[in-house]
Amino acid sequence: MKIFVGIKQVPDTETKIKLLPNGAGVDLTGVKWVVNPYDEFAIEEAVKIKEKNPGTQVFAITLGPKQRASEVLRTALAMGCDEGVVVNSNIELDNLSVAKALTAAIKAEGACDLLLLGKLAIDDNGSAVGPMVAELLGTPHISVVSKLELSGSTLKVERDVEGGAKEVFEVSTPCVLTANKGLNMPRYASLPGIMKAKKKVLKEYEAEALGVSASTAKSKMASFSMPEDKTAVKMLTGDASAQAQELARLLREDAKVI
Amino acid sequence: MNKLVVFCEHQSHNLKRSSIELLQFGRSKNFHVVGVVLGSEGSAAAEQATANGAHEVLWFDDAKLNGYNPELFLTALEVGIKQSDARHVLAPASSIGRDVFPRLAARLDSSVASDCVALSVDDNAFVAKKPMYSGKCFAQVSLKDSPYQIVLMRANQLPVAAAGSSNAGAIKKAALPDVSLKTILKEVVKGASEKLDLTEANIIVSGGRGLKEAGNFKMLEDMANVLGATVGASRAVVDSGWVSHSMQVGQTGKTVAPTLYIAVGISGAIQHLAGMTGSKVIVAINNDPNAPIFQKATYGIVGDLFDVVPKLTEEFKKLLHK
Repeated sequence: MKIFVGIKQVPDTETKIKLLPNGAGVDLTGVKWVVNPYDEFAIEEAVKIKEKNPGTQVFAITLGPKQRASEVLRTALAMGCDEGVVVNSNIELDNLSVAKALTAAIKAEGACDLLLLGKLAIDDNGSAVGPMVAELLGTPHISVVSKLELSGSTLKVERDVEGGAKEVFEVSTPCVLTANKGLNMPRYASLPGIMKAKKKVLKEYEAEALGVSASTAKSKMASFSMPEDKTAVKMLTGDASAQAQELARLLREDAKVI
Repeated sequence: MNKLVVFCEHQSHNLKRSSIELLQFGRSKNFHVVGVVLGSEGSAAAEQATANGAHEVLWFDDAKLNGYNPELFLTALEVGIKQSDARHVLAPASSIGRDVFPRLAARLDSSVASDCVALSVDDNAFVAKKPMYSGKCFAQVSLKDSPYQIVLMRANQLPVAAAGSSNAGAIKKAALPDVSLKTILKEVVKGASEKLDLTEANIIVSGGRGLKEAGNFKMLEDMANVLGATVGASRAVVDSGWVSHSMQVGQTGKTVAPTLYIAVGISGAIQHLAGMTGSKVIVAINNDPNAPIFQKATYGIVGDLFDVVPKLTEEFKKLLHK
C-alpha cells in the first residue's frame, strides 16, 4: 500500500501577525514555520497504518518555497514517513492551483491508495485542498475524520459534524481523508528518527512544470487588514453581587445582546 | 439579472439561519436567486426559502438525500447549478458546505473562498472578506477570474429581515441522477448536546482552566441554558480531557463570532484570542487582573468565578423572566 500525506507549512500558532506597509500581504520575515497542526494527525495515522501493514510506504508531500518546504518535510520524515516530495513554488497560489499541482506530483509518483491531509490549514482556514485533490484524482473523500479502521481495502471512518455528532462512513481505497484532532496523538520525532530523516530521499518538482503559476489562479487575495481596535474594556467594580447585577444590566440595556 | 444559487441547508425541517442570510443577501444585491433544497424532508425549508428571497427553488425531493453523502450531494448540487445556469454560488461554511463545495469547485475548474465573514459584489464579481490565522488579520478574496464564483459564509455574519409572504417564488422539483456510490453512510451518532453548534451560536459561554475541574462546567451549562447559549472551552481544558474537542474555541479549534462571548476562567492565550475576537461583545471573568483576555474584552470582572458566575446566572434569570 502506498500512502501520501499532504502537508502545509504554516506560521507557528504563537506568531504575531504583521502586515506589509501597503496591506498587500502579511510580513512573513522571521516567522517560524511548522507543520500545520492538523497535518500532524495525518502523518501519525499514516505511520500507524505503516507499522501495522508491513510493505506500506508513506510519502510526505508539500508545496511551497523549497527551503522551508524541505525543513517541514524533514519533520514528517523524522516522525516516520519514508520519502518526501517538494513541489517548489515561491508564489502564493489559490486552492485550485495547489490542488492541481499536488495531484500532478502524486500521479507522477505512481499509484496512491490513500491520501491523508489535515482537515484545514490554520493560516487560511481553507479546508479546500483535500476534497479538491480527491476530485482531481477521481477518488472518494471523507473530511474531518476522528476515527479510522482499515481492514483490507475497506475503511470505516467517523467524521465529526456540528454539535459533537458523528457520521460513520464506509469507503474503499483509493480515497482521500482529512484528519481532525482526536484521530490520534501525534508522536514526537525521536533523536534516531531525526538522524534517519537526514538520509531519506527528498524529491523535487517545480510547480510551473506541473502546469500551475500565478496566471492559473482563479482567486486572488489582496487588501489585508488588521482587526478593528476594540474600545477599552469597561471593568466592573464592587462585590460579586454588584458586579453581576451591573453586568447583566449593561448587556441588556447598553449592548442589547441578551 | 445574474443568477445565484444558494444552498438551502435545513435541520429538523427548518431552513437554517445561515442559508436565510444568504438568500436575503442575494435578493438585496439584485440576483435572480435560486434556492437548492436537498432531501424528501425539505418541503418546509423550500417554502421558507421562497419567503426569504428565493425567486425559485429547486427541490430534490429524494429520501437518498436525507442523510449526508458527499457523492450524492455533489451530484445534486452540480445538477442544480447547471440547471439554473448560475455562475454565482453561496453556501454556509458548515460541515456539509466545507466538505462538498471545494470538491464541486474543482469539478467546475473554479476556486472557492471558504469561511468568509463579509461579502460584496463588485462589477459582477464576489469579493469576500476572510479571516486569516483565525482572525489575527483579514484578507479580501476576489473571485473575478473564477468560472464559477463559490463563497462559503460563516453563520451570523449577514443581517436577516423578517420573512416575507410565502409562495413568493415557485418551487420546482428536480431529480437526482443515478450515482454508483463508493461512499456509504452507515450511521449518524448524535452529539451529547442538542444545542446549536459553536460556529452557529449567537451566544457562547466558554470555560478555561480557572474552572479547576471538569465537573464545574455544570455552572456554565446552567448559565448557557438561561441564555440559550452554547458552551465552549479553551484548549487547555480540552487537552486535559475535561470536555470534547468539538467544544474547543481557538486557532486549533473553532473560530467563532457570536454576538456575545462570555469567557470564564480563560486567561487568553494568543491562539484562543484569535478564535474569538470577532465576537461583537466579549465578557471576561478572571481572578487575574493582568490576564490578556481583558485586553480584548468589552466588559471585565476581576473576581472569583465561583462567586460571580452563579450570581450572574441569577441576574440573567431575573432579566429574562426565567
